[in-house]
Amino acid sequence: MNEALVRELVPAVIGILVRRGAEFAAAEDAVQEALIRALETWPGDPPRDAKGWLVAVAWRKFIDATRAETSRRGREFAVDAEPEAGPVPATDDTLWLYFLCAHPSLSPASAVALTLRAVGGLTTKQIATAYLVPESTMAQRISRAKKRIAGAQLDRPSDPATVLRVLYLVFNEGYSGDVDLAAEAIRLTRQLAAATDEPEVSGLLALMLLHHARRASRTEGGRLIPLAEQDRSRWDTSLVAEGVAILQAALARDRLGEYQAQAAIAALHADAPSTADTDWIQIVEWYDELLALTESPVVRLNRAVAVGEADGPRAGLAALTGLDPDLPRHTAVRAYLLERAGELEQAATLYAEAAHAATTMPERDHLTRESARVRPLPRA
Amino acid sequence: MAKYLLLKHYRGAPAAVNDVPMDQWTPEEVTAHVRYMEDFAARLRSTGEYVDSQALTTQGTFVRSDGEGRPPVTDGPFAETKDLIAGWMIIDVDTYDRALELAGELSAAPGAGGVPVQEWLELRPFYAELPTVTE
Repeated sequence: MNEALVRELVPAVIGILVRRGAEFAAAEDAVQEALIRALETWPGDPPRDAKGWLVAVAWRKFIDATRAETSRRGREFAVDAEPEAGPVPATDDTLWLYFLCAHPSLSPASAVALTLRAVGGLTTKQIATAYLVPESTMAQRISRAKKRIAGAQLDRPSDPATVLRVLYLVFNEGYSGDVDLAAEAIRLTRQLAAATDEPEVSGLLALMLLHHARRASRTEGGRLIPLAEQDRSRWDTSLVAEGVAILQAALARDRLGEYQAQAAIAALHADAPSTADTDWIQIVEWYDELLALTESPVVRLNRAVAVGEADGPRAGLAALTGLDPDLPRHTAVRAYLLERAGELEQAATLYAEAAHAATTMPERDHLTRESARVRPLPRA
Repeated sequence: MAKYLLLKHYRGAPAAVNDVPMDQWTPEEVTAHVRYMEDFAARLRSTGEYVDSQALTTQGTFVRSDGEGRPPVTDGPFAETKDLIAGWMIIDVDTYDRALELAGELSAAPGAGGVPVQEWLELRPFYAELPTVTE
């Protein structure tokens, strides 16, 4: 059986069962049983319509399971209730599953796990490995998430932003274990983009593709390579081209959102032959758009870096005023701008301070090196 | 989600509120203490917040290289002066506040006389994995 095909079909089949009134957990169990049956019979007797076959068998398994404790009559009813064989129309059931898995009642971590399981079709073990927790821990997290949404309303929650945030969380989790979560997030976002007509979904897809295009150059042996030093010849130009095309189509719809604005910034970086040749003025303008949409201090911090490139480090430092100094990376940004302004002593101290506060090891090591570079320590 | 280490010290932490050495507890008190911590871990397993826990013996030794071709140098054991780790639990929780809450709860395991030990636990965040997007 083709694993990629199954991974694509399972969420759709679960979606159809839930739509027909099965509870989420029961639907998933039924589909698992149908898959076992498929393993046994498909090699000798391949179905004409794999999805239709899975829906029919899973629905029968579901009915069997729900009626098992009632009488024989129930079983007869199950046979009656068996759906007609034949092609199943492609509906937006998968789309609906995305919304269910990103239900607002779930914590972000649970929503991510459930999305990877139900929409992505990953095994619990694969998800556990990717998040570096024991399989039993992840199994509990997923089963609790299922229980939590068991009573959730079947109508789609009105906030697609939650779905997009969950997908972006998956993307940002990086890539440990045998599952590349970034690639998985792109695959799921592609599916979502195909099933929906929403410029922000395209914006997120474009953003992921543009970031993903630069992945190979971003680290070297676990060491962080800053944008200015990245080997731009290693950027994946076909991913960049695809991302830019998707972004342009989305922007043409004239319904700007934060992911489209972020993608626009990423596109300007991807487009530039070097840091110096980057269109920083336009990047600052996009940050202004982004600020108007989100009013986020993190965006303001990033904007200060862009201002520093566009109008000089003093202007960048001025753009930092009023920002909470406890903001993640605030100290690193100040150190960078001070260094460029020639205040080396102060920059070195701040780089070291930023290294102390870093939350990832590559970032800590990078900032420590920056501090050492700016102020070479006397060696005995 | 972020991972945190709850570090339990034999020595090195400030004194607990109910500060009676464990070898002076009754067997029932020891059993109650252990069961509390087992129940705690079981509950975290069920919420999907448990990662790992281990207890360590008191036999800690500092070791360092003494240069190429020479056996490593060991230091001690000078049991009376050193900080000594008794064990750890690793949790994977949504927020720092949740980590604090759980550490507080674990610190309240019953001790001598069935009264909570209220020992000091060290709470340390893990470095995260490098996220995909850094600029």
